[in-house]
Amino acid sequence: MTSMQWMRDPTAETSPLKRPRHAPPKSLEGLTVGLFDIGKTRTSEFLDQVELRLHERKIETRRLGKPTNSKVATPEILQKVADEADVVLIALSD
Amino acid sequence: MIRECSLAVFAKRDCPTCQLVEPVMHALAAREQGFRVYSQDDPGFPSEVKGVVDDRELEQSFRHNIETVPTLIRFENGREVARTEGWDVKKWRKITGVADLGKDLPEFRPGCGSKSVEPGVAEHLLVKYGDAGIRSRKIEFGDYDDPVELCFERGWSDGLPVVPPTDVRVLRMLRGTTHRPDEVVGRIPPNLAECTVEKVALNAVMAGCKPEYLPVVLAAVEAALEPVFTLHGLLATTYFSGPIIIVNGPVAKRIGMNCGINALGQGNRANATIGRALQLIVRNVGGGRPGEADRATLGGPGKYTFCFAEDESDPAWEPLSVARGFPRGASTVTLFQGEGVQGFVDQKSRTPADLARSLAMGLNATGHPKIVQTQRAILVLSPEHYAIFRDAGWDRQRIEREVNAATVRPGKDLVAGAHGVGEGIPAARANEAVPKFYEDGLMIVRAGGPAGLFSAILPGWLAGRNRMELQPVTKEIKP
Repeated sequence: MTSMQWMRDPTAETSPLKRPRHAPPKSLEGLTVGLFDIGKTRTSEFLDQVELRLHERKIETRRLGKPTNSKVATPEILQKVADEADVVLIALSD
Repeated sequence: MIRECSLAVFAKRDCPTCQLVEPVMHALAAREQGFRVYSQDDPGFPSEVKGVVDDRELEQSFRHNIETVPTLIRFENGREVARTEGWDVKKWRKITGVADLGKDLPEFRPGCGSKSVEPGVAEHLLVKYGDAGIRSRKIEFGDYDDPVELCFERGWSDGLPVVPPTDVRVLRMLRGTTHRPDEVVGRIPPNLAECTVEKVALNAVMAGCKPEYLPVVLAAVEAALEPVFTLHGLLATTYFSGPIIIVNGPVAKRIGMNCGINALGQGNRANATIGRALQLIVRNVGGGRPGEADRATLGGPGKYTFCFAEDESDPAWEPLSVARGFPRGASTVTLFQGEGVQGFVDQKSRTPADLARSLAMGLNATGHPKIVQTQRAILVLSPEHYAIFRDAGWDRQRIEREVNAATVRPGKDLVAGAHGVGEGIPAARANEAVPKFYEDGLMIVRAGGPAGLFSAILPGWLAGRNRMELQPVTKEIKP
């Protein structure tokens, strides 16, 4: 004979909504590429090189980022990214 | 209560006053058809009385809020109209309407505690017959299921077995605080999920906490959620760090925390489970799990739990909480973003200046000897090392000042490439005299057993671009 017992759920009881990623564009032509610096040391040096290569291909860029890697991007920063760029490269470099 | 009951006594055999009034119950049973005795421990007591109801399950005692036996209750049309506890001849005569009731008995005898309010019983009865008020989702299991294994399967464990959060355990845990279960403590990263006092209690149960630890856990969660503590970054970092909790004030002794032998090690329930509770909250409520948001390259054993108390036994020593602005006698938690123990040995320095220089050598090694001013550290000063400073009249501020000063090194030894090591500070700082930490980057805590010229360095998280960005946080522990 069995009886039903229970315990309680220690989680936040949220179901994360997993949204599919946007399909990557076939070409960067005519698009603005956001170069997002996550705030780690020397990331800007790495992005400088990427930006040079993109400019050689006449692709427009925007430098974006957050002040430090230790803190998450604020909604304002994310909105600025959405406003100013069509695709984004998020980069770090130590 | 059955409607035909007009007069009820709640009693137990294991109560001298109930036994004293046994003849009274006989008399009432003979006079009043609607008389019932609800017997808590023996349906054969009182003997030869019709209308004894077996209440060993204590359902009726719970439903009628019985705190004392005997309790006499008068009902009219199923509703209670009068009640008295213990034996008081005048009150019993008034309620029963029997003028000579108990004429051979003493006038007054106090009753005994009801079995329904014995320690540990009340929560079971509330869960079985009442509304426990717990709102978290029920996870059902049968007799043949192992709830500990179910917790593992659901991903609720840090790798060690957890205590299944049953209603009775959660209710007992919630008795450890004056806060309501539905109060929101804050939002736990990385999912920024709302965390109530009830969720904290659930995870404290799972960690193995006792109810009296709950205020400490709540204060720790509150401290961890201060933006300057940067919990999201700390749980996500590739570095070794996790939250370290230091407890100060009378609460530490009250709940039996260890600040002595093996203070940073295993074996003390409060130390072990308070730190674990905070990490389980990050995992279960916030969703911060290794391999997902937690990207630690190697991690460290301190991420299971890291909590200890400061030794405040020397009145000459200013406790960490006081140094951080709280009055003596206040109980506090201080949260620090740190990694495991870096042992420090010096068995030969005998003067405070020697020992300060020696400690600075150990502290300069945190992270990397050539990395500076990106990290804080805690120095856990053992009694034997502390005695060298105390005997020379050095207090907390003096030790901090002297040790910090002793960490200063020529920039030329620290620049990238110096001594054939690529790691290091920019070449432009070659002519500076460079200290290891920012001026407030070193915190000293006293702990440890009486023997051993060893101290411990708890290096901080290697993150933050300036002194203000990441800071330890101290919060007062309130009931």
